[in-house]
Amino acid sequence: MTDSLLIPIIMTIVGAATPILLAALGELVVEKSGVLNLGLEGMMLIGAVTGFAVTATTGYAPLGVIAAMIAAAASAGLFGFLTLTLTANQVATGLALTIFGIGLSALAGENYVGQTVDVFGSVFPAALSEHPVLRVIFGYSPLVYVSLLLVAAVSWFLRKTRGGLILRAVGESDLSAHSIGYSVIGVRYMAVLFGGAMAGIAGCFYSLVLTPMWAEQLTAGRGWIALALVVFAGWRPMRLLLGAYLFGAVMTLELHAKAAGFSLVAPEFLAAMPYLATIAVLAIISARKAGKSLAPACLGKPFKPSS
Amino acid sequence: MLIELEKRKEPSKAMLYLTPIIAVVATMLAGAIIFSLIGHDGIGAVRKIFLAPLLDTYKWQDLGVKAAPLILIGVGLAIGFRANVWNIGAEGQYIMGGLAGTGVALATWGMTGWWILPLMCIAGIAGGAAYAGIPAFLKTRLNVNEILSSLMLTYVAIQVLYYLMRGPWKDPDGFNFPQTRLFTDDQILPTVIPGTVVHLGVPLAFVVAVAAWFVLSRSVFGFQIRVVGAAPAAARYGGFNTNRTIWAALLAGGGLAGFAGILEAAGPFGQMVPQFPTGYGFTAIIVAFLGRLHPIGIVLAGIILAVTYVGGELAQSSIGLPAAATGVFQAMMLFFLLATDVLVKYRIKFASPAKAGDAA
Amino acid sequence: MKTLTRRTILKTTAAAGALPIIGSSAFAADPLKVAFVYLGPIGDHGWTYAHEQGRQDVIKKFGDKVQTTIVENVSEGPDSERVIRRLAEEGNKLIFTTSFGYMNPTLKVAKRFKDVKFEHATGYQRAPNMSTYNARFYEGRAVCGTIAGHMSKTGVAGYIASFPIPEVVMGINAFTLAARKVNPDFKTKVLWVSSWYDPAKEADAAKALIDQGSDVIAQHTDSPAALQTCEQRGLMAFGQAWDMSNFAPKAHLTAIVNRWGPYYEARIQQLLDGKWEAGDTWWGLKEGVLEMSPYNEVIPADVQAAAEATRTGIIDGSLNPFTGPIKDNTGKERLASGALGDGDLHKMDWYVEGVQS
Repeated sequence: MTDSLLIPIIMTIVGAATPILLAALGELVVEKSGVLNLGLEGMMLIGAVTGFAVTATTGYAPLGVIAAMIAAAASAGLFGFLTLTLTANQVATGLALTIFGIGLSALAGENYVGQTVDVFGSVFPAALSEHPVLRVIFGYSPLVYVSLLLVAAVSWFLRKTRGGLILRAVGESDLSAHSIGYSVIGVRYMAVLFGGAMAGIAGCFYSLVLTPMWAEQLTAGRGWIALALVVFAGWRPMRLLLGAYLFGAVMTLELHAKAAGFSLVAPEFLAAMPYLATIAVLAIISARKAGKSLAPACLGKPFKPSS
Repeated sequence: MLIELEKRKEPSKAMLYLTPIIAVVATMLAGAIIFSLIGHDGIGAVRKIFLAPLLDTYKWQDLGVKAAPLILIGVGLAIGFRANVWNIGAEGQYIMGGLAGTGVALATWGMTGWWILPLMCIAGIAGGAAYAGIPAFLKTRLNVNEILSSLMLTYVAIQVLYYLMRGPWKDPDGFNFPQTRLFTDDQILPTVIPGTVVHLGVPLAFVVAVAAWFVLSRSVFGFQIRVVGAAPAAARYGGFNTNRTIWAALLAGGGLAGFAGILEAAGPFGQMVPQFPTGYGFTAIIVAFLGRLHPIGIVLAGIILAVTYVGGELAQSSIGLPAAATGVFQAMMLFFLLATDVLVKYRIKFASPAKAGDAA
Repeated sequence: MKTLTRRTILKTTAAAGALPIIGSSAFAADPLKVAFVYLGPIGDHGWTYAHEQGRQDVIKKFGDKVQTTIVENVSEGPDSERVIRRLAEEGNKLIFTTSFGYMNPTLKVAKRFKDVKFEHATGYQRAPNMSTYNARFYEGRAVCGTIAGHMSKTGVAGYIASFPIPEVVMGINAFTLAARKVNPDFKTKVLWVSSWYDPAKEADAAKALIDQGSDVIAQHTDSPAALQTCEQRGLMAFGQAWDMSNFAPKAHLTAIVNRWGPYYEARIQQLLDGKWEAGDTWWGLKEGVLEMSPYNEVIPADVQAAAEATRTGIIDGSLNPFTGPIKDNTGKERLASGALGDGDLHKMDWYVEGVQS
């Protein structure tokens, strides 16, 4: 019983973790550049509805994913224009983006409620993807493997490339980066657009893989969990990977325990876990660093060159 | 063509008052266009959403009831925002305040007395304030960013609500539905205009807004808030304790949000239910900004947002506009306000590429 | 037209007293105005969609004699009270509020608008001008249970449920009792998701139940997510409130289809004839408010016959899904013989043997 249970549970955890990993990875890059985009939930929904609509119309899921990336990135671009060019308050703009995304996706998705598409599942041959054991490696949607590759890519980018160094500099000390000659606004724009595209893919995961359908607020608040995850992971990609799977495991095991007939703690406590854990991490790490925050120093502050 | 921002010598007062109006008008225009493009009756939608609630006096009671919590929370948030304290967790504080007041109501259920309702309100204020104390503590002692901590706590508060509704606070005679008992007559807000739904919370919200205006503009505390927000270094020289200001700002925000929470629970809801979080804590952020962080502006902004809620419902049943349209309009208003906001401090200059090349 | 009338009245009266309805449109010539308040979007292909189909039946039957209005996505709580009140103000004479959470708001408005009739679905509060109505969904569950008992290879069903209210509990019990008539060791594992509609959670719940041994899934939640999960895994499931087979052509065995048309038409006719009275109506398969959707062709002929036998037996009264002896899942005997009455069903808070809740 335990063997045959382990593999399905792992697969469900992967399914739960991947979308928040994708969204959080994008937000991590954005925040590393010094920008706080609270509009994740809205961008994910825009991505979800676009991905579903395009897939339902064309029948081709990869096209849907690309369309989702573009749509979500466009909404992020609006955010970028307001906060970077017009120096609007990032918190307010991000929240407006969330509310906008929720409403716009509901409107756009009106005609798609009640439809379904083929699940964007594994592209490996059935012998591998449906094999009782091997499916734990081969049975996933391409988006899962993409997410893992992206974690590696972002991690490498941030630590080993000049571009990553510039990004981090812009986030830690924008005035210094500016005086060296880097375009702070330009770098942040690119980060914001990347974050939007990632949120779009994340949204797609809900509407094309987990539950191939569209419904209002399909993401049901996972965007906020992704935001928490970035903080929980201390803005480090590898820790993000671990954190995403940890959150996914908590969410999955809660249901499995209930299904098996026992619940150790109140389900509401488990649902609150990601947020409580994030606060705890914030408190502990800040305390250890003797008062210095772990976040990028310029997070949330508009860039104001003295010139 | 590049957009260049040239800082004005002084913030433009005219723009300060004009921009919210520009934002609303721009939203109406943009909304009409977008909705027509999607295939709905754009002009009809705008008329129903923005104008109908104002023109129909019978709807004013609904506007008042909807605006009251937005104004209360918005005022509390504005105090914080002005001091550069970014309390994003008003929704959580609203919930906790509602729960605290509900706790008193359930404990006094079956008792009578004029003191019950005020006690519930005090509990609500205290509950919201205490909950906001957590981010305050984290920020002043551990330098934890209050945006993140207050936001996370909102989702914790929602789970606390669900737990209480499913378990200990469930109505024993309610057939196992997750909701509390209905509040008794001593526990419900009185109606101030007979025959309407205008409850005590509505005039209270206005009173609080006016009081906040006095405090912010005339008192030392208000001065402290504004200085700490605008120039923290100067504030320290002036002897103002930043930590105390942070605490005060968060407690004020949380207390008012909690107050709004218990007023909603004891008024329109009449009990506590899992659907209690209606998002006022987040919409109030829009209200605070649209009202330019000024209590009187917030009153007006609260009414405008109430108009979109009530109007959105009207548009739904009369012209078939989907319910989601309301959120789109509200977000657009904030977008436009944030966009035009820049006109207050900066002048927009369009530079030709050649010139821009020199300047860079 | 209505707005002008209201403004004229208000000019001569102080702001909104307890205004009686502007509608002096009780003349036979004017159409009867009927309104419907929906919890979700009409495109949800489930609960709200079914009510909307009922409204379409009304329009087909009554034509010009009736004028209907709908408001969708109305959240339970004070917002619903405002919507219901406005519908009453706008001259609607009969208002259907289609979710439990509208109960107290409907009651409040009913008390103020005494000449408007209110019909509240699935609730328990009534007034001289407020009725309640519900459907005996548990009869449909009995049919599903019969099929599940035959079709399940593992003998375990997963049941995704929202809240442990009597209506849901009845359904679980009826399902299990019917399945155990076929397979005395049949088990039903219940997972509570605390929501009527949360596709991602329902899908996860389905996965958890399947991983723990269920090969057929039933649900008392409103999205087709669980069906999709079963389709992906080659298992079986039942649709909820409407035929959901387009989401899961191979997995969808049948569905309980809510047909509110017969009830709505009856009530409107009564109102038109002046014979409307407040009360509680609890119809089932016999009266036509419930139907089973076409059986999936993968169901063998003998199983279909068994299902049909259950269905027709309930309709002609020869079969009661809650016939004794019934033991609960702690071993206590709850009913020695005979059948459980409606009163027992309305209060049901225990589970029959075989249910793991």
